[in-house]
Amino acid sequence: MTVAKPLPHDAAHLHVTGQARYVDDIPTPKGTLHLAFGLSSIAAGRISSIDLDAVRTAPGVVGVWEAKDLPSDCDCSPSAQDEPMLSGATIHYLGQPIFLIAATSHLAARKAARLGQISYAERDAILTIDEALAADSRFEDGPRIWEKGDAGEAIDTAPRQISGVIEMGGQEHFYLEGQSAMALPQEGGDMVVHSSTQHPTEIQHKVAHALHLPMHAVRVETRRMGGGFGGKESQGNALAIACAIVAAATGRPAKMRYDRDDDFMITGKRHDFRIEYRVGFDDRGVISGVEFEQYTRCGWAQDLSIPVADRAMLHADNAYHLPNARIESHRLKTNTQSATAFRGFGGPQGMLGIERVMDHIAYDLGLDPVAVRRANYYAAEVEGGQPPTPAAPPRSLTGKMNEQDIASRGSEELVTNTGAAGAVAAQTTPYGQVIEDFILHEMTDRLLGAADYETRRAAVAEWNAGNAVIKKGLAFSPVKFGISFTLTHLNQAGALVHVYQDGSIHMNHGGTEMGQGLFQKVAQVAADRFGVPLEMVKITATDTGKVPNTSATAASSGSDLNGMAVKAACDTIRDRMANHLASLHQCDAREVVFADGQVSVPGETYSFAKVAQLTYEARISLSATGFYRTPKLSWDRIKGHGRPFFYFAYGAALSEVAVDTLTGEYRILRTDILHDAGSSLNPALDIGQVEGGFVQGAGWLTTEELVWDSVGRLRTHAPSTYKIPACSDRPDVFNVALWDGRNREDTIYRSKAVGEPPFMLGMSVFLALSDAIAACGAGYPSLDAPATPERVLAAIERVRDGI
Amino acid sequence: MDITFLLNGESVELRNVSPTATLLDWLREERGLTGTKEGCNEGDCGACTVMVTDARSARALNACILFLPQLDGCAVRTVEGISAPDGQLHPVQQAMIDHHGSQCGFCTPGSIVSMAVAHLNGDRNHDDALAGNLCRCTGYAPIIRAAQAATHHPVPDWMTDTPPASLVQKYSSGGLGARQPPSLNAPETLDDLATAYAAQPQATLIAGATDVGLWVTKSLRDLDNVIFLNRCTELQHIETTDGSLRIGAGVTMDRVLASVKDLHPTYAEMIRRYGSAQVRAAATIGGNIANGSPIGDNPPALIALGATLHLRAGDHRRDMPLEEFFIDYGKQDRAKGEFVEAVTIPRHAPGLKVYKLSKRFDQDISAVCGAFNITVTDGTVSEARIAFGGMAGIPKRAQAVETALIGKPWSEATIRAAKAMMTEDYAPLSDMRASADYRLHAAENMLLRYWQEDQGIASNVLEVSP
Repeated sequence: MTVAKPLPHDAAHLHVTGQARYVDDIPTPKGTLHLAFGLSSIAAGRISSIDLDAVRTAPGVVGVWEAKDLPSDCDCSPSAQDEPMLSGATIHYLGQPIFLIAATSHLAARKAARLGQISYAERDAILTIDEALAADSRFEDGPRIWEKGDAGEAIDTAPRQISGVIEMGGQEHFYLEGQSAMALPQEGGDMVVHSSTQHPTEIQHKVAHALHLPMHAVRVETRRMGGGFGGKESQGNALAIACAIVAAATGRPAKMRYDRDDDFMITGKRHDFRIEYRVGFDDRGVISGVEFEQYTRCGWAQDLSIPVADRAMLHADNAYHLPNARIESHRLKTNTQSATAFRGFGGPQGMLGIERVMDHIAYDLGLDPVAVRRANYYAAEVEGGQPPTPAAPPRSLTGKMNEQDIASRGSEELVTNTGAAGAVAAQTTPYGQVIEDFILHEMTDRLLGAADYETRRAAVAEWNAGNAVIKKGLAFSPVKFGISFTLTHLNQAGALVHVYQDGSIHMNHGGTEMGQGLFQKVAQVAADRFGVPLEMVKITATDTGKVPNTSATAASSGSDLNGMAVKAACDTIRDRMANHLASLHQCDAREVVFADGQVSVPGETYSFAKVAQLTYEARISLSATGFYRTPKLSWDRIKGHGRPFFYFAYGAALSEVAVDTLTGEYRILRTDILHDAGSSLNPALDIGQVEGGFVQGAGWLTTEELVWDSVGRLRTHAPSTYKIPACSDRPDVFNVALWDGRNREDTIYRSKAVGEPPFMLGMSVFLALSDAIAACGAGYPSLDAPATPERVLAAIERVRDGI
Repeated sequence: MDITFLLNGESVELRNVSPTATLLDWLREERGLTGTKEGCNEGDCGACTVMVTDARSARALNACILFLPQLDGCAVRTVEGISAPDGQLHPVQQAMIDHHGSQCGFCTPGSIVSMAVAHLNGDRNHDDALAGNLCRCTGYAPIIRAAQAATHHPVPDWMTDTPPASLVQKYSSGGLGARQPPSLNAPETLDDLATAYAAQPQATLIAGATDVGLWVTKSLRDLDNVIFLNRCTELQHIETTDGSLRIGAGVTMDRVLASVKDLHPTYAEMIRRYGSAQVRAAATIGGNIANGSPIGDNPPALIALGATLHLRAGDHRRDMPLEEFFIDYGKQDRAKGEFVEAVTIPRHAPGLKVYKLSKRFDQDISAVCGAFNITVTDGTVSEARIAFGGMAGIPKRAQAVETALIGKPWSEATIRAAKAMMTEDYAPLSDMRASADYRLHAAENMLLRYWQEDQGIASNVLEVSP
């Protein structure tokens, strides 16, 4: 059985020897052109004039395109068709592409890109949340508001109330491989595109649109990305379109990759948020009602901001039962890079809001924050039986908005609520989903026991009493993350499997490999279905010509969706093989066993290869497609009600930090994590996701600071100024374990999605910093993120002043 | 320029190379060796790490800001040359597979090379060896597990490059055929350098290229007139006398670190943090001084130490206290054709403490770098040399603070009074690294830290155990 084995990444050998090929490593045909964009140097206004003479005559330049020279609008948007590849008139942000250069080398194109003479009629840019609110600059017609019960009344009548606000910054993906694409023109105007993308179908769709071609004329291939993290869900569109435009216009192959600084300046990042909260609770800290106002800067274009902001609302509860809740979400349009998908997709931001509330309540009551969290946890897992339905119907407070798009998750759909009324009341989320699988009570017990929480809590207090300069902090944070695309139709996947006459297996599916180990997990499924060693399964590049109409590899969905689709395809072929053997041996097909590279029927054993040959000779197809769609989903995003998620993935983390109260510098001393991957398809790969996700999440909330100046120029645009965690920033002691439970829902081998959920475990670091700061004085830290040493020191000063 | 070097064990001779062609571009575009990756093109991510061996040592360097002429006479090993010619894996490669150290794989070749260099050199401080290799996927834990596992395996035979010295000898004896003699832009002696620079004072001097490299890769400047310093071995000497160290301008920071490790441990620790192994192995102390950056980390430490700067123009040499070299932002006391020859520091400075403050501990430019060299005699401050980087347009002494300390009793009251003088000395700027207020406040607190450490109060967060 290959499933559940801790096998290495399928490309590990290629990685360590430098043979793994990324888009920029593909040998280019003679005559390949290299592209670069000329960028806007202002954040808002209109172009008055463009003089590109110096660009055109620069060494190596073969062609230059302005917006007016393009065959179409070359829209790059995954949602609202509001992203022309080149601005022809209006400037929306500093760094927006204005012209496109094709040159004989990458360097020549970059040099020429700086020679454009562009004059502008500037206007005041809308850069901040407050400026956007003042100008009523937003996406959708107003704030989205979801309500459960009467939060205002519940808060007002609660024994205690507090309110506050937390600001949290965005985050640059910093995939190590920058955005890149290459287009190879084909006969008859067809186009083949290699793209470093999480969404080949979207690339196909956008390239076809740009060139006025049917989708069948464009084939997109993606073998692997050097990291994605959501940053290659839509942000690769511009490069692929640009390459295709140039390839079509010149008949020459065209390649484009962003220099790292350009990548920072052009592409979107995680949404930054301000969350205001007001909460009512009792003396144990049990919440009776909470109100959140979420404000986010979406940047200049809609991109995926609507579903991102939705997911922030959907995670405003995290692991806690909120009997009454009101969540108001403002999606603000600003003259900055268009914020986009990033691991967690708004979930982390929404979740940090309620975790701040928990922390603040515990502080207010002088209780252990763990006790307050546990007092508010959802009730434990319900075993068996029909899930109860919500007690009260939801209220829709906002208008609706319709956008149509064929491939993305930036668009929206309306689903009729099918929930029956009158059943037993159960605990529901603020959006009406019944919580059936809550396992955090047991996970919390296990983690805190193993990590020796009580003893260490006391040790930290003792340390802080005896040390004036270095303060320690300890904090626990749980994660409950909803799994499924909230745009329901995206929850589908296809696969294509061939078995050749020699028994070797060729596997393809719609998912993309960005390092997460998806291909290996799915290959393990395929090998398991056929009972063959993994070496017999060939993993191949994602290809829109093999599996069409795929969804982005996003929302942690990769192995859930594609694993099931591959399983279906394998089972189809396996059943054909079994039926044929059964007919040869006059036995029941159910008696045919595929295991250990062999196929057994009563009285005889064949090699798998032999059975493949026999099946072929019997003129039976050894090729099949597989398809899967996630069941049980029903979601109305306008009402904010339904079951958007098939299930939840859980995790829990405990982090200890030390803070220097003279400068605000800090270190993570120890982190213990227990994470729920269901019945893991591959524990080694899953632990890799947990470790990496945690460090990335901690980076978001600590050293990773995006700074725009007063004219909207991003000042942190390279690793010299934007600091992701380095090697020594990981916790000194770092214990990661997987929870040994099965998914109660029928997922692939009862596993759970693991891409995004561990990211939010990084919050334990942020909360531990707040805990350490609180030890410095009488006030509540009200720490904002990222908690750079500067913000930490400022919070220490506030606490000391008793504010 | 014409150059010769070994690439993965095979000799390469290049004629008329552009002086600012980077090794990374040449490997990827000319040689088709695409294992070495471009992650940032500014020496900060390590995806392009290669191993470079010269007569002195084998080091990890960032190929993206390494100009081809810098390799003349060296041996280069890329990720493709880390495994054996027959494909047998290096122990660090096998360990990375076994311990799941790669996910997306893009940083992996660079990490592999850094690990192989550390493995070759017996360096077991894995965090430090990998500080310059950013990974966005793994959280580093499995990479460190792999590095630890590999330490138990011997260095493979194929990792020993043909001693580059023989290449240099071959070259010196004219054994490399009709190659051009060393041109004026790669002088081999100090006298030649002085002559060459006097003749072309507008030339750009290139030592490690950790700064000049970015002029090319980021500012996209064409540098036609350059003088490479890498062949000038006289510039790379460290002379030790009873009381002082005279460090040649061409000494790389890894060697400076080694030479001050026991003498000035907090200065050494600052050097460890200021750049990754790749940067320390390329950057020179002369470059860090001569570029006049207000945020260079060496000058404050050197000024606090009372360093003397040695300048030379043609045959004319002059010395000055280092702080006098920095006149104003972008302006140094350096005449046309004059270059930094060396810097001399005392071996003995028990009162020296250097504090580096940045968002991230390793490989990050300082928001503030403070250096304090305070001498207390019989309970009274007898001497104080205090200098900061990041607080003004130049690395600058804190004269008002020093004045407030000297002659006063060594007490917290004195410290607090002196702290208040910081605003007399500095009016720092706000930028993406820190606000002016924070810089000032942190600088004041560094003085307090100096006092507290002297009093035995633990205040170094890096020394706290879990």
